[in-house]
Amino acid sequence: MTETLKMIEADGSAPSFNGALDDKALVYCYRTMLMVRAFDDICMKLQRSGRIGFSIPNKGVEATQVGAASALRSTDFFFPSYRDFGMALHHGAEPVEMMHNMFGNASDSARGRQMPVHFSFTKPLRFFSISSPIGTHLPQAVGAAFASQAQGKDDVSLASFGDGGTSSTGFHSALNMAGVWKAPVIFLCQNNGWAISLPSSGQTASDGYAIKAKAYGMPGVTVDGNDLLAVNRAVSEAAERARAGEGPTLIEAFTYRMGGHSTSDDPTKYVPAEELEKWAKKDPVLRMQRFLAQRGLWDEALEETLQAECAAEVAAAAKEAQATPGPTLETIFSDVYETLPNHLRRQGEQAFDLAARKGDADAGGGAFPL
Amino acid sequence: MAILTLLQAVNDALHTKMRDDERVTVFGEDVGPKGGVFLATEGLTREFGERRCFDTPLSEDGIVGAAVGMAVNGLLPVCEIQFQDFIFPAFDQIVSEAAKLRYRSGGQYTAPMVIRTPYGGGIRGGLYHSQSGEAYFAHTPGLKVVIPSTPHDAKGLLIAAIEDPDPVLFLEPKALYRSLKGEVPEGSYTVDLSTVRTAREGSDVTVFCYGAMVPVCEKAAATAAEGGIETHVVDLRTLLPLDEEAVLDAAKRTGRVVVVHEAPRFCGYGAEISALIAENAIEYMEAPVRRVTGFDTPFPNTLEHHYMPDERRVLDAIEGVASF
Repeated sequence: MTETLKMIEADGSAPSFNGALDDKALVYCYRTMLMVRAFDDICMKLQRSGRIGFSIPNKGVEATQVGAASALRSTDFFFPSYRDFGMALHHGAEPVEMMHNMFGNASDSARGRQMPVHFSFTKPLRFFSISSPIGTHLPQAVGAAFASQAQGKDDVSLASFGDGGTSSTGFHSALNMAGVWKAPVIFLCQNNGWAISLPSSGQTASDGYAIKAKAYGMPGVTVDGNDLLAVNRAVSEAAERARAGEGPTLIEAFTYRMGGHSTSDDPTKYVPAEELEKWAKKDPVLRMQRFLAQRGLWDEALEETLQAECAAEVAAAAKEAQATPGPTLETIFSDVYETLPNHLRRQGEQAFDLAARKGDADAGGGAFPL
Repeated sequence: MAILTLLQAVNDALHTKMRDDERVTVFGEDVGPKGGVFLATEGLTREFGERRCFDTPLSEDGIVGAAVGMAVNGLLPVCEIQFQDFIFPAFDQIVSEAAKLRYRSGGQYTAPMVIRTPYGGGIRGGLYHSQSGEAYFAHTPGLKVVIPSTPHDAKGLLIAAIEDPDPVLFLEPKALYRSLKGEVPEGSYTVDLSTVRTAREGSDVTVFCYGAMVPVCEKAAATAAEGGIETHVVDLRTLLPLDEEAVLDAAKRTGRVVVVHEAPRFCGYGAEISALIAENAIEYMEAPVRRVTGFDTPFPNTLEHHYMPDERRVLDAIEGVASF
């Protein structure tokens, strides 16, 4: 494995920190991490009580998400995986917008068509619509990066994926193409130890993931993924190179997924308890908290305030989303094409007609409204 | 008006659209200085530079995936897959990504892009340079599937595809690339997607076809006319979304229908046409719908002339439904 970039020591000291993030930004990063946890906690409760069908927990990987987001601009193009929504929160995405997606309701940007956690934002940041197949967003990030460069903009693309994603076709295609094109893209591999139930050791025989960069003609960097400052520095440096026209970088953030793959997964069946205990001691939120405390930016009172704020905001978001009606029947047929083709119109009319005859409430007056 | 081959018409469309709109970006394997293995992109790099027309690594999913990324970030990508037979590594990007993007993001992100690719047999290309995979893609909501059969339509449909707000798979009948010439207007014009073209008027039998099968069907229709059977030949030219009304009207006109394609029969596009007619116009039918297609086998090399529907097989079907 290449040498690992690390900045925050176990005691919270960070001798190599150069002030890249000011005090306000540091506390804001910490707040985002707490917001991710609050969102996770409430989603877990919503799922276990049957109010939503599915969720993806982020516990353990918050420093990688927020560290990367804090190094980029909201005008950069984020191509996220399904375990990256801290990036969106950090750039101002509203928890209520995310909750609309969790409930798949009428206010969901995807109109309830996607599973929960498949977010999409065009503002306040460009957070590309998440799809479930693994690795498909990597070549897309390269294309978007190419387009930025071709249009004379200095935006970069960030493609974020897990260790499992490195085995996908998209990983090879994208890194190869980005290397050849010198595209302004950052590949952020979150090696969180697991691809659902497959340990990282079963994913590759290579010595870590960062060294794969060498074969694609780009720098590979390994960073302590539980260290927000180190991730921020690695991504900042990669972004700087990309903006300067020096091409892509592969960053391996070495971290750990402390929960299941999803709410449908029982990790106790395959995760060794002692491994989880070991990583729990490296909890990225506690690590950042110790760093802030050392700088005099954190105390118990702040912790209480931030936790209460985050919990209240997410709870209010969940309440609002739960009270929002579901999508109307015509959203099955809209947004397939820009203009509704005749065959979809006919199918929509048939669906509404049948629903009306069966007395389904969502059929409105029985007339297809599109 | 210039007389061009279908291949020259494709090239003309690309030149025309790239002059009109600097967002149009052409890329794929060998499409740059070489101009593509069939020379469809010849001259583009020279006129528009390496930023607008360039070669990519040999990676179909990378090409289409990058096209999706370009499309969501301000460009109008027109990528080429060298042979349709090689498109399958990109199936995921086409079916799960480009085609579903508008739907899954509620219109926040869309993929206005074109994937051009030569398809079909007739060049002794064997299993992997001859396939007609249109049915795989016509089964994909969110995608448009277009197949021209004349130089005029090739240019007009390709320009329309580039201007379309949704992803378009543009299948070019390679057997017609150089074998067919026709009048092509200069400058920019479009042929509306989702419209059919009546290639020949007739009142006895209706033949539905597309791509390289259109001239085959026209020849069969001419021969049938000598025997007193007037055949109505419809070039479908957009398979998805299909102009179903036009198909039903043409079917009702004669009550006797033949559907022709090179692709295998089972679950082929002809099955959809046949089902459409059965569901909506069965009372107008005077004879069972007949399909003339490739066989349900891989595409052979030496015996491809037996595999591909030819004038003889189409004529046999026309006569069969006419005399039913």
